[in-house]
Amino acid sequence: MKEFAYVRAGSVEEATSAYASHTGARYLGGGTNLVDLMKLGVERPTALIDVSRLPLDAVEELPDGALRIGATVRNSDLAAHPLVRDRYPALSQAVLAGASGQLRNAATTGGNLLQRTRCPYFQDLSKPCNKREPGSGCGALDGVHRDHAVLGHSAHCIATHPSDMAVALAALDGRVELYGPEGSRSVPAADFHRLPGDRPEQDTEIRPGELVTGVVLPAVAAGLPSAYRKARDRASYAFALASVAAVLRVADGVVDHVGLAFGALSHRPWRARRAEEALRGAAPTAAAFEHAVGLELSAARPLRDNAYKLPLARNLAVDVLSRLADTVPAGRTP
Amino acid sequence: MGNHQHHSETTLDVNGKPHTLTVDHRRVLLDLLREDLDLTGAKKGCDHGQCGACTVLVDGRRVNSCLLLAVTLDGCEVTTVEGLSGDGEEPHPLQRAFLERDAFQCGYCTPGQICSAAGMLAEAAAGHPSHVTDPAAPTGEPVPLDREEIRERLSGNLCRCGAYPRIAEAVEDVIR
Repeated sequence: MKEFAYVRAGSVEEATSAYASHTGARYLGGGTNLVDLMKLGVERPTALIDVSRLPLDAVEELPDGALRIGATVRNSDLAAHPLVRDRYPALSQAVLAGASGQLRNAATTGGNLLQRTRCPYFQDLSKPCNKREPGSGCGALDGVHRDHAVLGHSAHCIATHPSDMAVALAALDGRVELYGPEGSRSVPAADFHRLPGDRPEQDTEIRPGELVTGVVLPAVAAGLPSAYRKARDRASYAFALASVAAVLRVADGVVDHVGLAFGALSHRPWRARRAEEALRGAAPTAAAFEHAVGLELSAARPLRDNAYKLPLARNLAVDVLSRLADTVPAGRTP
Repeated sequence: MGNHQHHSETTLDVNGKPHTLTVDHRRVLLDLLREDLDLTGAKKGCDHGQCGACTVLVDGRRVNSCLLLAVTLDGCEVTTVEGLSGDGEEPHPLQRAFLERDAFQCGYCTPGQICSAAGMLAEAAAGHPSHVTDPAAPTGEPVPLDREEIRERLSGNLCRCGAYPRIAEAVEDVIR
């Protein structure tokens, strides 16, 4: 590992200015991915700006009924928080479906969003990877790509985003709050991660020096039936082969609110807008769910060895939506 | 100059004793414990946060010490398997249960398994749910730990000898 400077930031302003004064700096949250990538030589920062002790560790209700989760809230605390469990069960379930107890105790909300792909070619310096080294090629395209993307990939990159949490945030219409040299802004969680196109080195819409300060879950989704389901090679402690987050409200026999997102199918959480469109106003039947999910997945372009993901994702989504349609919503006014 | 840029003075409380060290920023907690403090209980298995052999408690929470830079832990309390039983006169109930149940073969993963189990029991007592907890379970109340819960919550600790059934039994003994 290369030597690096270390700065413990006391405020977001201090963090962004320390970042600006060190070319090649990285923000450090829980470090569960970044430190590992530094050991592998994939990341070689000249300085770490430690943001893990910033006063962004609260889960708080906002005046409009939304819920803000600070960027330094640990994954385990997020998943256990009563307001998250009661109002946004898909988010709690998604976080608990990822990693291990030890990792969730260290990993932060902001870091979870900014973790890098686990594509083996990205993590192996001896292999070509356009994400790690633009222009070097994609080893996975004709290589080992059973875990890779079926939607939205390009000739440059077929990696998937590994986060479970981000999939739930996308389905729940969460927003990502950012602070940077140009001030504060927020972007929809579903648009925070990008498709690879010809710039796979850019995972997200974050600008240089910007810091994730928190995520906000909207009041409109609070208390609605929501769930996360994940398929993986082991019963626990494995990345998804496919996953689904969904929120669904049925009123007067028809779907009047639906958010659906897939994980492990794309370079970003895949918000299933086409399926949602087909479902709005429809009766919540298994046939309607199958039709809508089929429409969404018709855009898929599976690779040589990962076509299995399509029936897997379809079955997961139909199952989750069907269960949610049968769920009696919590008697809470958002 | 290089030394100032790449090293920092860091104070850690390890098993009840304060230590102030000048640490290379690259030093992870696991290496600091094993190489600098001669506390070799925590083991280096994968060194990538995938096996759990390096598990220790930081401020009472279980973490992978191989992925934590020591410099980030200034002022933190670290408990390793050596300090789990406090004064060390009597083994911790988990240590006793592992012995009684023969919950290991080679023993390499055992310190991590025991520290992880200690952290896990505290999490469940504090009402933290797991992947297998019924989402409808009341929030904020201790989560009862059946075999499925124990297995899920300890999934971050691998045992290449396959002592899992005995490990789960040992943890059940401590719960009862």
